[in-house]
Amino acid sequence: MSHPDPKDELVTHLPALRAFALSLTRNRATADDMMQDAVLKAWTNMDKFEAGTNMRAWLFTILRNNYYSSRRKLNREVADVDNAFSDTLSVKPDHDGRLQMMDFKVAFEQLADEHREALILVGASGFSYDDAAEMCGVATGTMKSRVNRARAKLTEILQLDDDEALELTDSATMAVVGSPNLPS
Amino acid sequence: MASKEDPKQDKIDRYIDQNLKKVFSDLENDDMPTEIIDLLSVLRAQDEELKGKK
Repeated sequence: MSHPDPKDELVTHLPALRAFALSLTRNRATADDMMQDAVLKAWTNMDKFEAGTNMRAWLFTILRNNYYSSRRKLNREVADVDNAFSDTLSVKPDHDGRLQMMDFKVAFEQLADEHREALILVGASGFSYDDAAEMCGVATGTMKSRVNRARAKLTEILQLDDDEALELTDSATMAVVGSPNLPS
Repeated sequence: MASKEDPKQDKIDRYIDQNLKKVFSDLENDDMPTEIIDLLSVLRAQDEELKGKK
């Protein structure tokens, strides 16, 4: 049986890689620079990729390592944010849904890098705690703690522990996320 | 931290994860930058050139 070319598989992960880059950097120009570096590095080191392992995890790891290493080189503790993340707003079915989603994105942007990254890997991309921890070079317990802290921070910013607020946001969210095409 | 049996915490976690998935899905649908498309073309052309030389 012939194996598919891993470079063809790489191309199928690019939309997710870019979404990860945008959510990590929150800056379109930086995200695109990181993407280019990661694609180039992955393409030229494809012989190091172990067939049968998770290519998306491998690509995400390359991109995040590039990002943090360039931040360290520039000695930049504070990221240059241009709201690329919250500006990426698709057309939503109703006004309340749009506002709720904008609130969520703005709140998400306020999280620390490691918390944002943990939520994107585990909550949005569906990586296991073990895989996400390995990608970030931390223990599984640390990853669980980061996800919990990130959720707690979002709960605080969006005041989700207020019963009434959650009922309101829940109905608005369902209007937005109720699409049958959305992964569960 | 609330226990996993806490229905309110479950609801909050579900709300957050649903929003995250929606946000991530929106970002995935963003147009791929021309620079990336161009880079892939260059890399594929280089591979073809190398194959031709072998």
